[in-house]
Amino acid sequence: MMQFMLLFSRQGKLRLQKWYVAHPDKLKKKITRELITTILARKPKMSSFLEWKDVKVVYKRYASLYFCCAIEQNDNELLTLEIIHRYVELLDKYFGSVCELDIIFNFEKAYFILDELLVGGEIQETSKKNVLKAIAAQDLLQEDEAVEGALREIGLL
Amino acid sequence: MWPYYESEDWSVLPPELNRRFNPAFNMASIKQAFNEAVERVSTVRMPAPTRLRDLIRQIRAARTAAEERTVVNKECAYIRSTFREEDSVWRCRNIAKLLYIHMLGYPAHFGQLECLKLIASPRFTDKRIGYLGAMLLLDERQDVHLLITNCLKNDLNSSTQFVIGLALCTLGAIASPEMARDLASEVERLMKSANAYIRKKAALCAFRIIRRVPELMEMFLPATRSLITEKNHGVLITGVTLITEMCENSVDTLNHFKKIVPNLVRILKNLILAGYSPEHDVSGVSDPFLQVKILRLLRILGRNDIDASEAMNDILAQVATNTETSKNVGNTILYETVLSIMDIKSESGLRVLAVNILGRFLLNNDKNIRYVALNTLLKTVYVDTSAVQRHRSTILECLKDPDVSIRRRAMELSFALVNSNNIRNMMKELLLFLERADPEFKAQCSSNIVMSAERFAPNKRWHLETLFKVLVAAGNYVRDDVVACTIQLISETQSQQGYAVSALWRALEKDTSDKQPLAQVATWCIGEYGDLLLYGPPSEDVDTPVDLTEDEVIDVYQRLLWNPQNTVVTKQYTLLSLTKLSTRFQKGNEKIRQIIDTFGSNLHIELQQRGIEFSQLFRKYDHLRPALLERMPPMETARPQANGIIGMVNGEPESEEDKSSVLEASTPPSDSSALLDLLGTTDLGITPSVSNKNSSVNSTNVVNNNDLLDLLGSLDLNAPTSTSTLPQAQTPSQIFSPTTNFLVDGLLNSSSVQNDTLSMVVLDKAGLKITFRLERPPDIADLLIINMSAQNFGNAILTDFLFQAAVPKTFQLQMLSPSSTVIPPSGQVSQVLKVTNINKVPLRMRLRISYTGPTGPVLEQTEVNNFPPLTLQ
Repeated sequence: MMQFMLLFSRQGKLRLQKWYVAHPDKLKKKITRELITTILARKPKMSSFLEWKDVKVVYKRYASLYFCCAIEQNDNELLTLEIIHRYVELLDKYFGSVCELDIIFNFEKAYFILDELLVGGEIQETSKKNVLKAIAAQDLLQEDEAVEGALREIGLL
Repeated sequence: MWPYYESEDWSVLPPELNRRFNPAFNMASIKQAFNEAVERVSTVRMPAPTRLRDLIRQIRAARTAAEERTVVNKECAYIRSTFREEDSVWRCRNIAKLLYIHMLGYPAHFGQLECLKLIASPRFTDKRIGYLGAMLLLDERQDVHLLITNCLKNDLNSSTQFVIGLALCTLGAIASPEMARDLASEVERLMKSANAYIRKKAALCAFRIIRRVPELMEMFLPATRSLITEKNHGVLITGVTLITEMCENSVDTLNHFKKIVPNLVRILKNLILAGYSPEHDVSGVSDPFLQVKILRLLRILGRNDIDASEAMNDILAQVATNTETSKNVGNTILYETVLSIMDIKSESGLRVLAVNILGRFLLNNDKNIRYVALNTLLKTVYVDTSAVQRHRSTILECLKDPDVSIRRRAMELSFALVNSNNIRNMMKELLLFLERADPEFKAQCSSNIVMSAERFAPNKRWHLETLFKVLVAAGNYVRDDVVACTIQLISETQSQQGYAVSALWRALEKDTSDKQPLAQVATWCIGEYGDLLLYGPPSEDVDTPVDLTEDEVIDVYQRLLWNPQNTVVTKQYTLLSLTKLSTRFQKGNEKIRQIIDTFGSNLHIELQQRGIEFSQLFRKYDHLRPALLERMPPMETARPQANGIIGMVNGEPESEEDKSSVLEASTPPSDSSALLDLLGTTDLGITPSVSNKNSSVNSTNVVNNNDLLDLLGSLDLNAPTSTSTLPQAQTPSQIFSPTTNFLVDGLLNSSSVQNDTLSMVVLDKAGLKITFRLERPPDIADLLIINMSAQNFGNAILTDFLFQAAVPKTFQLQMLSPSSTVIPPSGQVSQVLKVTNINKVPLRMRLRISYTGPTGPVLEQTEVNNFPPLTLQ
């Protein structure tokens, strides 16, 4: 089971954090800080895996963003790289060649996409199409509500 | 009034038609114009809060941290005020801003209740942000959790699938035990829903609920079985995940699910054979996510079960041979397959195939693949050493890898592979590695080399050579135990003392200030056997220094004693050694005496004391000097071998006698014999009157007062040497502890240093009681010995008793074999565990106890976190 996922920039700024284990806020911040420093200090020639406390950390850099997941001892490190890659593909499809700014300004959408890929730290859907379909349908639901609200406001409904 | 949230951000269009790339007049732009108009109207009545987008821009525009703080604080103050005013129109937008602020690291707990209000709203937009906020902001506080449990319960009964989806997703992320109990039945109902979108999320929720509250598992069993008969991959993978968790949870469930092995094999076969399916394809591999999950479940079902293993042999072979390996994704599946093959009762041919796959992994260009290969080999080395041995050279190659994680794994694996056949080659490589290794590796690596050498050394000479190389290569990173080991080995190997003393002399001639342990061993050795160095018979195989004079030796000693970079301990060794040399040398006494006299005014109290005491030996007690400084008798006691991985792997299990001698050796020798030993070496012939330690302390004043005081006085001077005869009981630094009355002090200490023992009950269930008796041998600082005893208080015999323990990576655990695997009624079984705590962190231990009782197989798991503080030292 994945314990948490962090997205952060090369400058060490946190862009997304998803926790599947209950930790107090203080501890979360401490873990985040320590991991970001450790990973940023690693050289590109090194492997994507880090044994850190009692978890395995799997990270990968895409352009200016680091995607970093903590998994348990029994989990498959290589598969975690595939999960990260799948998430990046989904973001890319959704935003249309995604960049860091997309995730900064639309962070909530990045969360929504992640929540359609993983639930409780385990993968729930292996089809890209299904994930995007679910997200689009939910976006549509919001859109309809907005239009309906607007029409009611100006007295057309 | 109508709440809305950043409406212009939402797009219905698929990304490729996203309006950012298609600015033409379309539905989205109509809506946008519409919303902006509405916003203008509404601002007339009330000023609209900053939009999320604008806030992010403002924060990003801040040039200093202080500036950013000002923007954030202002916005937070505003958001708080709107929360107080119960303003529901902008709540959604405000929470979204708060979540952004939270991600920057600012406190945002005041938004928790507002999130719950959003969740309770009937609108999907509100719920979506509300649940997102709940997942990010809520901790496990009881009061809020009651509220959110009610919200979740409502939404789990919603008629909109996406509302149910949001609730399930949130429950999966933040389920506390209370929430899990309250909502388990709802989740169970949703697992049977007709909608696959809901079924898969409910299955993962069930997985999390079982994680938090294992006893809730029963109720999910019926609904789980049908999940793996589905076609939908989402439902399949979540179903497999759920079953895996259940099987790991209880043996009964594991047996219950044994019958699904054929189903799993069929699914896997279809995945491999069914051609290209665009929906689930990942670079030519069909749904690797599902394949890996199934392989893992097969591993759990096939473990220790010949029939189940038989049923999956073929498919595992098929996966192992048919998977495309040019990409990471193919290797992911192979990696999982290898783990399964090694874990189940697979055919030997299949095992060879698996180890060969790992061998290929080791040669892969991708660092990640090499890393998992080493990791997996480390796991399988205990199962099949010879198969792993074949890849030895590749593993040794990985010692040179630039990646520290890979080097660490390669080092651990190399030590696991050392045996008496390959020790020479392996040590050559490992010594090279040690020379170049990072400081963090040096201590561990040198200790491991010493342990391996001790176990497999082909002869004493080689053993000594290796130890000397370690002392040179690891320098100051060598642990104290290595110094003690080396000294003992030299002392007990009389035939090699001539070699040792000249080899060490040559090392000592060079600068040793960054190799204190080496200097300590060398001075000790030269002090004891200095006569061999100068006047010993030249042997043909030893390159003895020619024409070495006493003055040259004394000059080097002078340099050592005056060098400020040498530690006090080294100087103590050196000073004592020099004193000893006075009786080994034939002429240089005067010079030695002068050097020693100068220490009579040394700033360091310990050195000063030694200096004064030793100079007395040249004056008032000159007649005693030769006898006091005689060569030490060989130390022959066996060392406790803390062998860790090395002991277990090479396929040469320790015999029972070995183990018992190991245990005996770790208990300190009795005091009186130690005292006799001391007196024996001083050769003063007064043994009986002081053989009892009490009399030596108390009755001395009354009976033969003068003699004894005199005896103690002279012993005092000799104490540093004499005490070393205690078999390995003290590390060098303890030998030189700064005490004024060394003999008596040492005696009092050793009588008070009892083994600290303590017991704790770690399991008491169904008539089986497991007790740990903890013991810390005083002579090895980070070793903890746990005597496990399992008592059967029931009426039935317990068979196949298996006790397993796991500790975090920072510890080393060695388990000796149990006294039996059968516990008769009111009988007991015991087993010894040795834990080495190098990092001095609190010990945690996970236990897994399995046995066959009257009702069938039983599996108990527990974690022990409450080790008393004595174990942490």
